Amino acid sequence: MRVQKCKGTCDLSTEQMRRFRRIEDCFRDSCVKWGYQEVRTPTIEYLHLFTSTGTLTPGTLGKVYSFLDWDGWSGERVVLRPEGTIPAVRLYIDELADKKLARLFYVINTFIFEETGKENREKWQCGVELIGADSISADVELITLSLEVLKKLGLEDIELKLSHAGLIRALLTGFGLSPEEQGKIFDRILDGDVAVLTRLKEETPELARLLTPVLDMKGETPGFLRNLKTMFSSSLPEFIPALDNFIGVVDMLTAMGIKYQIDIASGRGFEYYTGMIFQIYSGDAKLGGGGRYDALIPLMGGKKTPASGFALQMNTLMNVIDIPQFSEKQANKILITPDTEKPGAMKSAYSIAESLRGAGFIASIQVDNEDKADFRWVIEVNNASPLFVVQNQSNKRKQPVETIVDIIKLLGGKGGS
Amino acid sequence: MAVRIALPKGKLLNDTAAFLEKAGWQLNDYSQSMRNYRLQSARFPDLLIKVLQEKDIPIQVAIGNYDLGICGLEWIKELTSKYTAAAPVRIRNLGYGKGALYVAASSAAIIPTLENLVQSPDVVRIVSEYPNIAESYALNLRLRRFGVYPVWGAAEAYPPENATLALVAGGVEETTLNNGLKPLKKVLDFSAYLIANRTSWQHKDLSEVMASLENVKLEEKEILPAASTSPIHFVPQEIDKDTVRLALPDGHQQKHTVQLLNKAGIQVDDYPSPTGNRRPKTNLDGVVIKVIRPQDMPLQVANDSFDLAITGIDWVTDHLDAFPSSPVQQLVDLKLGWVKIVAVVGNYVPVNNIYDYQQLCNKNAVSIRVASEYVNIADKYARDNRLGMYRILPTWGATEAFIPEDADLLIENTETGSTIARHNLKIIDTLFESTARLIGNKNKDYSVLKKDRIENIIKLLSKAAEK
Repeated sequence: MRVQKCKGTCDLSTEQMRRFRRIEDCFRDSCVKWGYQEVRTPTIEYLHLFTSTGTLTPGTLGKVYSFLDWDGWSGERVVLRPEGTIPAVRLYIDELADKKLARLFYVINTFIFEETGKENREKWQCGVELIGADSISADVELITLSLEVLKKLGLEDIELKLSHAGLIRALLTGFGLSPEEQGKIFDRILDGDVAVLTRLKEETPELARLLTPVLDMKGETPGFLRNLKTMFSSSLPEFIPALDNFIGVVDMLTAMGIKYQIDIASGRGFEYYTGMIFQIYSGDAKLGGGGRYDALIPLMGGKKTPASGFALQMNTLMNVIDIPQFSEKQANKILITPDTEKPGAMKSAYSIAESLRGAGFIASIQVDNEDKADFRWVIEVNNASPLFVVQNQSNKRKQPVETIVDIIKLLGGKGGS
Repeated sequence: MAVRIALPKGKLLNDTAAFLEKAGWQLNDYSQSMRNYRLQSARFPDLLIKVLQEKDIPIQVAIGNYDLGICGLEWIKELTSKYTAAAPVRIRNLGYGKGALYVAASSAAIIPTLENLVQSPDVVRIVSEYPNIAESYALNLRLRRFGVYPVWGAAEAYPPENATLALVAGGVEETTLNNGLKPLKKVLDFSAYLIANRTSWQHKDLSEVMASLENVKLEEKEILPAASTSPIHFVPQEIDKDTVRLALPDGHQQKHTVQLLNKAGIQVDDYPSPTGNRRPKTNLDGVVIKVIRPQDMPLQVANDSFDLAITGIDWVTDHLDAFPSSPVQQLVDLKLGWVKIVAVVGNYVPVNNIYDYQQLCNKNAVSIRVASEYVNIADKYARDNRLGMYRILPTWGATEAFIPEDADLLIENTETGSTIARHNLKIIDTLFESTARLIGNKNKDYSVLKKDRIENIIKLLSKAAEK
């Protein structure tokens, strides 16, 4: 019987790993240059890390990979981390809480059960957390950083969708629901059930007039939000602080020439968010998103600290980016074939391989009957003149060479290392 | 292929038997005293009928070992609240066997409100025979921090001393539950259901069997959990730092235990209790007693719910195989309740020892199904003996009937081996012999007085065991 990989998992084979590294490199490069520092949290955490904040929905928590550890007789479970922000915040509270501002980034895998097994249950993400800042410019920094990474990856038709968790919550208050009902409905919106708001609207027609524009319309300028503000200022004053904050963010984005779409009902998957929410799409593919989560750190036992963050979904990105082919030197792969019968040939093969690698080439020494068609050049190594024979695989021409410097010249390199 | 149906043992057996009798099935021996778990129906001679523990039926139907099954909705929910993809098709509510599941707390302590529990930063301990429903409930309630104790039974005995909440079964409209428990919330109304495997339902003709059950109706009556029939006065135990908390077994282990206690001169009133009293009194000074399932004792001692307990080394081993660094230790071999733990296969398997069985499995490169009540012992045994691609099927007893259709290897306990032989099975390995032990917690730093009290009990029981 052939042993197969687990349902809902995927291998990252050679081509996928090239894409993976490309994304990681672009992401890391931008983050470092913007002053962010890398962290990595453990794969296993206590379940109560995620239940204790009361922010993840039961729908999400019902799909975490949880189990009793070998010392878990107390019945407290551990989990494979289902997301990245809560562990990063735990790390911040444990290690970095004395810093006024922490700019953190990470590349990690997360685990959530997915029923059909057709989607990945293990997903990789590039995450950023900006902890300690509650300014509109902090929110805008995250949006622009995420857009820079995507631009570096060559993605052009990017759609930026904005919403605001404070607005969604104020909206639910507007329906006159009890806090418990509000919580339940918020959970369902977060679990992706947008229809729940439409149903509510039908049940409370007097609010429908006010809420229809919020839920159904999509705006592309700050004017849209200002119109909403005028509409609500007398009827739903609890809307106003959230709206003002939202207007501040979009004003700044507009000033910077960044295009966006305001779509209030797009709240899915942002369980601990309190303020601005953004999501990034390329066509139907959601590439990532983030937002502000000012309540999370105090909920986890830390000091009252504002924070915001975002994550890019690497599995989706891997499918949509174009990556450059190998660089010319990488494409010019070289196979070195020493005559192992002859003394000294192997040593000289190692020596030339080292020089070629130093000059930026990919050089392999033959260990078995490798397929020479995989290589651009094949270099035979002898222990007498000619010391080397270089064969160009594309035209099969052979050329005798005596020195390493001459080989590198022949291959178009800059000379010996 | 013949249609396969699983029928319940236990609390639903009598009503299910009456129901099928009304449906004209004419089963040969479906009763509490049946000798064989495979039944024959005169009306449907080709139907494959097996009797299983009710808890096992939703799982067995879900994985496709049976096309149809009859069991309570609470056990279907216990499966599907964790494994949503496993959901069997619910064909019909059969109406009988009604009851409800409640989240309950002890009325002897200050009853917490659910709102307070949600805000609580402390671990909320929930004890239940339905751990998946309990976990799902805790997540939906958004409890900040909780631990679910899965138990084999007697969940109602735990609050308030050993758990905050219990998720237990009771009648349909209960205001007070057994052992002084107060329902905080009804979680589920249940009754017996006819269920089908999803694939069988879509691809196999089950209509003849289903049609025979179509218009049959029993009088709708409640089945109360056995102990609930006699509500008893509940007095909470007074416990201070010097009090020794001792757990004694319920069920068939009680007889041996009473004899031993008598020999040791330890008097325990109302044990075994005809009214289901789980807190019997003793003449030992500074000792309180609770009666719980022996299977649950090692975990409870590890969690400091009890200082001492009397249970089989089989259950201690199962516990330590799951949690190797657990502080549970055995203190006295009480030399009673002797059984041996064995590996069992069908007589048709051409091997006589586990090594040959392993060779056979690896040669055939098949995945083998290991069924056992001792999940962790079975898992470790299969691992240690390199049984290749094996799967562990947790069961709740009556495992002998699993071979050959539903399992290939059993890890079972046996005294004489006669039940095994009667089911056309054979023993290929003895893992170890088990007797009852007094167990304790090796990590505890007790007060001098408490240490003395524990030493005294150890001395009394050691002497009695030697007699």
